[in-house]
Amino acid sequence: MSLYEEIGGEAAVNAAVDIFYRKVLRDTSINHFFADVDMVRQAAKQKAFLTMAFGGPHSYTGEDMRKGHAHLVARGLNDSHFDAVMENIAATLTELNVPANLIAQAAAIAESTRNDVLGK
Amino acid sequence: MPNILYAGQTYTCEGQSVLDCLTAQGISIPSSCRAGSCQTCLMCAVSGTLPELSQRGLKPTLVVQHYFKACSCYPETDLEVQLPNTALGKFDAQVVSLDALNDEIIGVRLRPISPFPYQAGQFINLYQNDSTARCYSLASVPSIDDTLHLHVRRVPNGVVSNWIADQLKVGDTVAISAASGDCFYVAGQAAPNMLLIGTGSGLAPLYGIVRDALQQGHQGDISLYHGSTQVSGLYLVEALRNLAQAHPNFHYTPCVSDETPPADYRHGMVLDVVLKDLPDLKGYRVFLCGNPNMVKAAQQEAFFAGASLRDIFADPF
Repeated sequence: MSLYEEIGGEAAVNAAVDIFYRKVLRDTSINHFFADVDMVRQAAKQKAFLTMAFGGPHSYTGEDMRKGHAHLVARGLNDSHFDAVMENIAATLTELNVPANLIAQAAAIAESTRNDVLGK
Repeated sequence: MPNILYAGQTYTCEGQSVLDCLTAQGISIPSSCRAGSCQTCLMCAVSGTLPELSQRGLKPTLVVQHYFKACSCYPETDLEVQLPNTALGKFDAQVVSLDALNDEIIGVRLRPISPFPYQAGQFINLYQNDSTARCYSLASVPSIDDTLHLHVRRVPNGVVSNWIADQLKVGDTVAISAASGDCFYVAGQAAPNMLLIGTGSGLAPLYGIVRDALQQGHQGDISLYHGSTQVSGLYLVEALRNLAQAHPNFHYTPCVSDETPPADYRHGMVLDVVLKDLPDLKGYRVFLCGNPNMVKAAQQEAFFAGASLRDIFADPF
């Protein structure tokens, strides 16, 4: 069974996206990056990102990640902010009672986008 | 092999998604994740049958309007598709009445000359002429009202609203667009509680949605909060109080922020009053309309209070 199936597939992503986005919007170390965005569109992007982190279907390339975050890098997006997002993902999955070994796998996938997201 | 009809041209779709089929022909369709998550590639089916996968995860209001994700749509039969909100036709409608609802808001009733499908809570464009139009929400309900009802606020220096207020007469014919928007009641989901928050003429779509939900036998609680700075800025107060008397699951709360109102109104900003009354919005369907700052703040606060983003519907005007 794939990681995506083990975590619970699309139903798990749907459950996770509201919890994750609430955490992000309440996290004062990163929520200023989301102050002026359309919440509904942003939630759809969060869903796509979580789907990828959960090992699910996506076709994002490193180049997409670079382009999609370049305007945020210009506003100071750095490792500390990426770390905060990683913590919010782990906390979301913990809240959903996902086993620790699966959380670690999802975190590794999310972590693999760090350099592209931060434009390094 | 199914065909896709788009912008007057037919394309053969050979085991591809609608997105891949159209972009392979050099047609630009906005897209991002190409995996069914981000909804950037939303399109709308004019005719044909949509595969279930192509609508999975969409808001129910989008599903009933035949919206779909082009990247996840592998058609099995012919499909006619368009980008959202293109090719909206114009309709002629006759002005049936013009009545002051309060000092600044006029109730306009229109009778379309041809059949006019819409959902209570959607909006139309009303054309002053070919190049000048404004958006107004529909306060009427198709199964209750035989005319379209608009609440037009006279905007200082507003071209169209002042034309409506000063020059439009009963019996005139005006052009309107087809109805659009995804802020409306979806039948068959009678259980969840509903919260509706409006300011000023943002009451219009909410008045339609509330009456539509009650007409369709909604079982959950329906709580409507209408806010204004002054008592004189509110309207339909008696009609809404009467509706609340007739329906035990409908609750109406008029709110006034800038003056101390009589005892049967609440004093305070409408959003503050809501959060005091309903701190836990888990499972609620939330409808927001009016002042853009209120709508934006309410969207976030409703989300924080437990409402799912999928269940929050907002019109920032």
